[in-house]
Amino acid sequence: MSGEDGGQGRIGELLRDHRESVLDRWVALVVAGLRGRLTEGELRGELTELYGLIERAAGGDGTASGELHAALADISRSRARQGFSPSETAISVFTLKQAVYEQIENAGDPATYTAFIAFSQSVDDLGLVTFETYAAAREQVIADQAEQLLELSTPVVKLWDGILGVPLVGTLDSARTQVVMEALLEMLVDTGSEYAVIDITGVPAVDTEVAQHLLKTVMAARLMGTECVISGIRPQIAQTIVTLGIEFGDIVTKATLADALAYALDHSGVAVDAKAGA
Amino acid sequence: MERVPILKIGDVLLVSIQIDLQDQSVLSLQEDLADKIVKTGARGVIIDITAVEIVDSFIGRMFATIASMSRLMDAETVVVGMRPAVAITLVELGLSLGGVRTALDLEKGMRLLGAALPDTGAGRR
Repeated sequence: MSGEDGGQGRIGELLRDHRESVLDRWVALVVAGLRGRLTEGELRGELTELYGLIERAAGGDGTASGELHAALADISRSRARQGFSPSETAISVFTLKQAVYEQIENAGDPATYTAFIAFSQSVDDLGLVTFETYAAAREQVIADQAEQLLELSTPVVKLWDGILGVPLVGTLDSARTQVVMEALLEMLVDTGSEYAVIDITGVPAVDTEVAQHLLKTVMAARLMGTECVISGIRPQIAQTIVTLGIEFGDIVTKATLADALAYALDHSGVAVDAKAGA
Repeated sequence: MERVPILKIGDVLLVSIQIDLQDQSVLSLQEDLADKIVKTGARGVIIDITAVEIVDSFIGRMFATIASMSRLMDAETVVVGMRPAVAITLVELGLSLGGVRTALDLEKGMRLLGAALPDTGAGRR
């Protein structure tokens, strides 16, 4: 343990003594790796802060390593948001090894190489931290987008007084069903509609799971006192439903949205007449 | 223990649940309601749950129990004013309340009973 500490201390000294030249080399390497996506000024600001923290951590300062991790996490998060690739992000950390190695080579002291191995390991650890934060931030971005997509693609529209329409587009999974269900039920309360038409023309495939989700939505609407009509069942979908043995029970299904609307209008006592002479 | 009041409007009994239902008050509500149906000869029961925000399977089953009990005594049950969150919970619990009629609000519930019971219905006489 003490040997390692001594080695780390030696690197700490080296980092302190050759601050300018190592930092310059580091910045130059990172700038080259990022191919001009960030200006040298911005990078120098970030890296100088990191360098200071690494220097303190290598000198055995316990609080510095915590701060270092936090600072690295911040940087990788912002890189992930700005759309940098993983290697572009990781390069900011790993090039420090090269910068330090070149400095050691210039100095030509063989004892420092042993210390360099320990230092290299701690830089690798920092690299892993960078990577983990980067991946987490990217996943967060994806999750946010999925959520936005979910809200975008599930409108509930009023077709007529007392009749709502829910045009479903895209694959139905449980998360989307939940959103559709909530939106529909809220709208039922707001408008006091007694009929809702769920149009599945835009749903590419209906399997048992999708059917289950549809049934749940219909059941929930029914509990609130609204009858649901499922429309837009294409021939292939009808075949799949029958082949899979899915039972829609006593739920009314129609081939097209128009049929469903006509059914709902008829049952809510609205008659649609063609004008004479039209 | 709080009791749920049962109001009589014409041939219809109105149960408006305004309190947090405990299992015990659910049981006494069932008893009170059965008594009242027999005493008044009501033809319909409306359970208004607009104020109910949380349900469990026990309360969910209560609706079904009350409905079948009332049907035995020739009264139709309508559950009105269910909130979206409650409806989703009941569906997730697998309680679809078959045999219980539902309506969005009290007015629609009354109309539903009026249509189902020819000799009730305020507008018919």
